[in-house]
Amino acid sequence: MLAFLAVWQGLAVYLNSYTFPTPETVARFFWQDCLTGQLPFHLGVTLLRLVVSFAIAMLLGCAIGIVLGRNKKLDAFFDNWLVIFLNVPALVTIILCYVWFGLVESAAILAVVINKLPNVIVTIREGTRTLDQDLLDMARCFHFSKRKTLVHVIWPQLHPFVMGATRSGLALIWKIILVVELLGRSNGMGYQLHLFFQLFDVAGILAYTIAFVTVIQLIELLVLKPLDKKSQRWRR
Amino acid sequence: MTDIQININSKTYPAIEQAGHHLAIANLKLSLKSGEFICLVGPSGCGKTTLLNIIAGLDNDYQGDILVGRQHTHPKIGYIFQNPRLLPWRTVRENIELVLDSRESATIIDPLLEVMQLTQSQNVYPERLSLGMSRRVSIIRAFAVDPDVLLMDEPFVSLDAPTARQVRELLLKLWQERPHTVLFVTHDLREAIALADRIIFLSAAPMTVISEIIVPIPRAERHNENAIEAFRQQLINDYPEIKQLL
Repeated sequence: MLAFLAVWQGLAVYLNSYTFPTPETVARFFWQDCLTGQLPFHLGVTLLRLVVSFAIAMLLGCAIGIVLGRNKKLDAFFDNWLVIFLNVPALVTIILCYVWFGLVESAAILAVVINKLPNVIVTIREGTRTLDQDLLDMARCFHFSKRKTLVHVIWPQLHPFVMGATRSGLALIWKIILVVELLGRSNGMGYQLHLFFQLFDVAGILAYTIAFVTVIQLIELLVLKPLDKKSQRWRR
Repeated sequence: MTDIQININSKTYPAIEQAGHHLAIANLKLSLKSGEFICLVGPSGCGKTTLLNIIAGLDNDYQGDILVGRQHTHPKIGYIFQNPRLLPWRTVRENIELVLDSRESATIIDPLLEVMQLTQSQNVYPERLSLGMSRRVSIIRAFAVDPDVLLMDEPFVSLDAPTARQVRELLLKLWQERPHTVLFVTHDLREAIALADRIIFLSAAPMTVISEIIVPIPRAERHNENAIEAFRQQLINDYPEIKQLL
């Protein structure tokens, strides 16, 4: 980390350019925007959008993925649609959502969900296909209720797939949300980055990027890693 | 507990690609008396597991019926599978608790753990258990639900001889304390003689009953290897039709 900062500092001093600020300039920008409340506000708005769209996409995606994984007929019917939605460019769905539903919050969320959903469905569907039939038969023999089977037999087997969908999903949603904000919202990280871009304010762009990377690291450290650890405690 | 009648007129597996349809079971009739320990002996691949799955309600694609007492219904099952099928993310105790209603579970589980000598290991995850211990847990799980019939599908296969003997003795101890109707599948005639009140010999597919033999050796003498071997020889001499199964 220190070596990285040293190289950055050296390069910035050598190039001496407005478009390549020193770490100190970036840090100062970061600190000032924190003090004025600008950065926390825009980061908060983006995070809120992330949480809402992520929750919707994961809940719907898991439910649909499990159903498709367990039902061959439905799966055959929706398979082509899934492939189409997986491959529609994010920009197309974002523009269409804004054109059809207006430049409103729900259109922004919908655009993110549509982009993320096929991804979750496919991952969970693959997971459901690998479920251990022996354990499901055991659950049937002992008359487990549907809920008990889902919570205690199916869900733990899907856990690695859910974590995979979560990690790849967070990365994808971050990227899409910024484009959504850039195109049609008047707040959030995407909007701010767009502003800095118009001003050629590289220090601003880097300061916001650092905030962003920090939040991702915190989510990984404080939420995902402990979840992993808890759910894997039974492994040797 | 009630008597159980099993009549399977036919069980057919549908054709897959070139292979034609496969008649697995034909005209099989079994009557299980309450509290009886029955061993099913037959050649491997004859359809014993299919039969257990039908009784357990896992396979409903067959012609025939099952009567519990006088009712057409599936009996309440405790199934001890060939591979123990414990949930690896739940401890020994949690695996057993899962098949019970939560309130009464402690009073049921504790004595069972004790008989099966697993009290010390109740909070261990299945991956840390030996195969013999896992099998004992699955025996407890099956007894815990107080079933109409206990189905056991070669539960001691792939255990070394001393472990198999130990688990077998523990199973018998538990069964004598809490008599249940047992349907025990094995291809080992010595094991069948050591355990059963009655042995039913089954043919190769399409599976049907060849003969039924009551084991006259008193329970107290069942640990005597010589008595078991003598009875085995006598069976082979008296029933030439079962010789091909052994």
